[in-house]
Amino acid sequence: MVMLEVKDFGKRFTSHHQNTTRKAVEGISFSLEQGGFIGIVGKSGSGKSTILKSIYRTYLPDEGEIWFDSERFGRLDLLKAEERQIIWLRKHEIGYVSQFLNVMPRTTARELVEQALLGMGETPGAAKIGAERSLRHFDLDERLWDTFPNTFSGGEKLRLNIAIATVKKPRLLLLDEPTASLDHQSKLKVREVIKKLKADGTTLVGIFHDLEFMEGLCDGVYDMNEKALRGMPEVQR
Amino acid sequence: MQRFEERPLLEVENLTKQYGPGCDECGQPGRPGLIKNYCPSCGTVYACSDVSLDVFPGEILGIVGESGSGKSTLMQCLYFDQEVTAGTLTISDPELAGENLFGVSSQRKRYIRNHKYGMVYQNPVKGLRMDFSAISNIAEKQIAAGGRHVGNMQSAGERLLDVVSIPLFRMKEEPRNFSGGMQQRVQIAKALSNDPPILFLDEVTTGLDLSVQAAVIDLIKQIQRDLGISMIVVSHDLAVIRMLADRTLVMLNGRVIESGLTDQILEDPHHAYTQQLVYSLL
Repeated sequence: MVMLEVKDFGKRFTSHHQNTTRKAVEGISFSLEQGGFIGIVGKSGSGKSTILKSIYRTYLPDEGEIWFDSERFGRLDLLKAEERQIIWLRKHEIGYVSQFLNVMPRTTARELVEQALLGMGETPGAAKIGAERSLRHFDLDERLWDTFPNTFSGGEKLRLNIAIATVKKPRLLLLDEPTASLDHQSKLKVREVIKKLKADGTTLVGIFHDLEFMEGLCDGVYDMNEKALRGMPEVQR
Repeated sequence: MQRFEERPLLEVENLTKQYGPGCDECGQPGRPGLIKNYCPSCGTVYACSDVSLDVFPGEILGIVGESGSGKSTLMQCLYFDQEVTAGTLTISDPELAGENLFGVSSQRKRYIRNHKYGMVYQNPVKGLRMDFSAISNIAEKQIAAGGRHVGNMQSAGERLLDVVSIPLFRMKEEPRNFSGGMQQRVQIAKALSNDPPILFLDEVTTGLDLSVQAAVIDLIKQIQRDLGISMIVVSHDLAVIRMLADRTLVMLNGRVIESGLTDQILEDPHHAYTQQLVYSLL
């Protein structure tokens, strides 16, 4: 079953201040089966993030279609979906993880994960159990659970970020360079986590810097240069 | 594709508020020839022009714009502090369904205000009686909403003060003795005391220092989560809007110039003014 299908997608940015219009990407097409995982590769500035942000509708694209197989709404074009539908999908079906943790101030790690579950309509009891399971699963030190994440290290923030996004068990997870600022050890942990999500049937689209990280994880890559899907490239050692 | 069977709780169509008589020139559709929101030939000011919006159950709608963009006038019109020049307001509530609430009697407007609305002003002086105690301020609204049992009102009032973290041993004190943040929290408790389905928040964090601001934002989020109240939050502070609102409208010169998902407004603004606003964000 096709989970995500991007057709002739393009996005321009108009800056009124500079009186310019810049084409970020155009002519992007690919599709992804349920449970599949593709990495988007290309040099910096080639529009990798633009694709992810448009799928999540943080960007409002101008061209093409992005079809998503929603459990609630059936097959729908995310670019034409109503805002309230997008809000619902973000709460229940589509997750987004970047390297930045952008959350309510003075909210503890535990509360943040619980709130994601409460937002889906879980009971407070179930949210508490789910949040603890998720924090433990992502190896976040128990002493940190009831502290505010702005004091966390980069790796801890990221694992919390992934915990918040995945505790809802989204059908589609978008990973926007989540490992960019991590040391090797933390990267390995994140890699394990992603591997587990994939095994559980989550469909993933991700941007990563190093091919080594993607090896054995991604089913293929979308190359921004060639504008085509292809198999995992050989890692040069 | 399946439709979303959700219906808005509050709907506003083409709300217009003008100060002045209007003339042939500015009366035309689209109001050409205005300087910002001012008609040079007759001197009429259009504080709000054809504003339409909807708020869904449990949703926080953000409204941003600079001073003078019409956001406070919009709130005052919705709260019936001001008469609109034109437009319709409907609320999907069995008691109010199908009526244009801008057109009903002032008695009925008062009823809506007392039973369906809560309002938190930027300046606590507008929302509180500074020489009544905190708990009496809450009681005032409870009585307006039909409360008559003193014991019940008192216990409900104490519960609300507890929700907004005002220590109960200070509940009989007058709000003028309180700090700005505490006054704002008493105002929020008062606004919630009639269990309103709709809450209006007008620049509620403006003028508060950062930690107090965070506490008020936290409280608003908590109220949304626990009580499922729909809210309209007006602020010129994009950071506040980003933390609170799911969707956001941008106002300029009395008009809505852009609307969308809050993160989309902040990261991919389309209108020249919105871009300027976002680029000014610290």
